[in-house]
Amino acid sequence: MIELIDVTKRYPGGHVTLANVNLHIQLGEMVFITGRSGAGKSTLLKLIGSIEKPTSGHIKISDKDISRLPRTAVPYFRLNIGMIFQDHKLLYDRSVLDNVLLPLHLREIHGAEATRRARAALEKVGLADRERSRPITLSGGEQQRLCIARAIVGRPRLILADEPTANLDDDYAHEIMNILQALNEGGDTILIATHDQDLIARYGKRCLVLADGALS
Amino acid sequence: MILGAHTQHHLDSLVTAWQRLRAQPLASAFSILVIGIALSLPTGLYLLISNLDRASSSLSEHTEMTVFLKPKIETAAALGLAEALRNEPGIRKLRFVSREDALLELQRSGLDDVLTSLSSNPLPHALVIEPTQVHPEQIRRLGQQLRQRPEVDTIASAEAWAHRLAALLDFGVGLTWMLGTVLALSLAAITGNTIRLQIYARRDEIEISRLIGATDRFIRRPFLYFGALQGLLGGLAALILSGLAILWLNQSVAELASTYGSSFRLAHLDAPISLLLLACGALLGLAGAWLSVAYTLRDFD
Ligand SMILES: Nc1ncnc2c1ncn2[C@@H]1O[C@H](COP(=O)(O)OP(=O)(O)OP(=O)(O)O)[C@@H](O)[C@H]1O
Ligand SMILES: [Mg+2]
Repeated sequence: MIELIDVTKRYPGGHVTLANVNLHIQLGEMVFITGRSGAGKSTLLKLIGSIEKPTSGHIKISDKDISRLPRTAVPYFRLNIGMIFQDHKLLYDRSVLDNVLLPLHLREIHGAEATRRARAALEKVGLADRERSRPITLSGGEQQRLCIARAIVGRPRLILADEPTANLDDDYAHEIMNILQALNEGGDTILIATHDQDLIARYGKRCLVLADGALS
Repeated sequence: MILGAHTQHHLDSLVTAWQRLRAQPLASAFSILVIGIALSLPTGLYLLISNLDRASSSLSEHTEMTVFLKPKIETAAALGLAEALRNEPGIRKLRFVSREDALLELQRSGLDDVLTSLSSNPLPHALVIEPTQVHPEQIRRLGQQLRQRPEVDTIASAEAWAHRLAALLDFGVGLTWMLGTVLALSLAAITGNTIRLQIYARRDEIEISRLIGATDRFIRRPFLYFGALQGLLGGLAALILSGLAILWLNQSVAELASTYGSSFRLAHLDAPISLLLLACGALLGLAGAWLSVAYTLRDFD
């Protein structure tokens, strides 16, 4: 279970992005988070992914307070999460395949097994024939799909997807959503930040709306 | 071959480090050369000393030392001492020169006018000794032993010279250590700086890797390998540089030695010392990298 208790986030020098947010998400749920640009969708996902720390309040995942994790424990926690970043965060001086291999290497999976799994993930997002390319030579949508492949290749049980379909046409958006839905049916917990109302309507899952730092 | 995941990451890190070295051939070659030159200085000094040591040994092979006995020692006592010393372990040959023989020798050398004006023979008995050991330090020790004998007055020989040379070599060894330490620190600093620049160049990569769960150890490892590899290659450069210097110097050494009828040549580092040099290079590179990574990565938090 993911639990946010009175979470407030205020970036240094900025105004309050999230104010006293309380939230419960069951394991195995698929939840959409929406709201206007700047509402704090990315911030919410980063807090759950331990990339940002809350200014006050607690974030618990499976009863573990991750807002108080010691610095050295954070990497091991992050390995349990597949994060799809809004700005992709790809390694541009490595090949597409290397980008997908990285999460496997972090999990101490190497060699042929790693390559096999990385190729399978690239296959899923339709990038199998681009494994030798550099990410910079990919289109925006292709980079987004690469980011998704990297997030799912380590088989994390929690996926935080920040605008995973933002740069994709309907067909690809649909395919990506199918991948996420399949993972969800396999028991994974999936949080998707999006401002695409059609997408939310089509999947009919729980939807949280962020406005003025509060959830509704 | 199936390797443990741990071994595999070490191997990957080594390959990554090698690729990073090759990705900037000019900068890498320059760093390696600078490290090589820094290591060449103490190496060269060490070579100078070890060769001087060897040369002094081979030159003093024919060294004799003349032990002058006190004037009041009589012939019988002197002969007794000669017999006693003949079997000492440090002495290969011993010749007794009586005061009469010495006088005759002096007279033959043309000083008879002075000598005849003296009423009695002023010369003492003497022992001419050829030591078994030729090392300056051992000659010095033998001299010390002999001087402790009550019959012995003074010792004239290569002994003083050997003493001076030994002191000089001692000084050289000290200097090598000092120079070695200073340059070792500078090597670590050079490596540290290279790595610092690299870390900044790979800032994005480091931050992204951290976002998806890279530990400090994972991030650190390729940089540590890079430092060690660069240091190792620097050590190799120092070996090559000093080898070239010896080749070049040996041309004039050969000429000089031949005028003494000697076939003496400067020798390069032997295998264990060469390995030690390479190991030092690698370890210092590793140390520099470690410090640099520890300090620089802290800035990224
Ligand atoms: N690193 C940061 N430092 C300072 N302020 C930040 C930082 N990240 C986000 N903010 C601020 O926090 C607020 C929420 O940002 P966030 O990225 O969470 O919005 P969002 O809902 O994801 O918007 P979008 O739909 O445009 O992606 C914004 O006002 C933004 O300026
Ligand atoms: Mg956002």
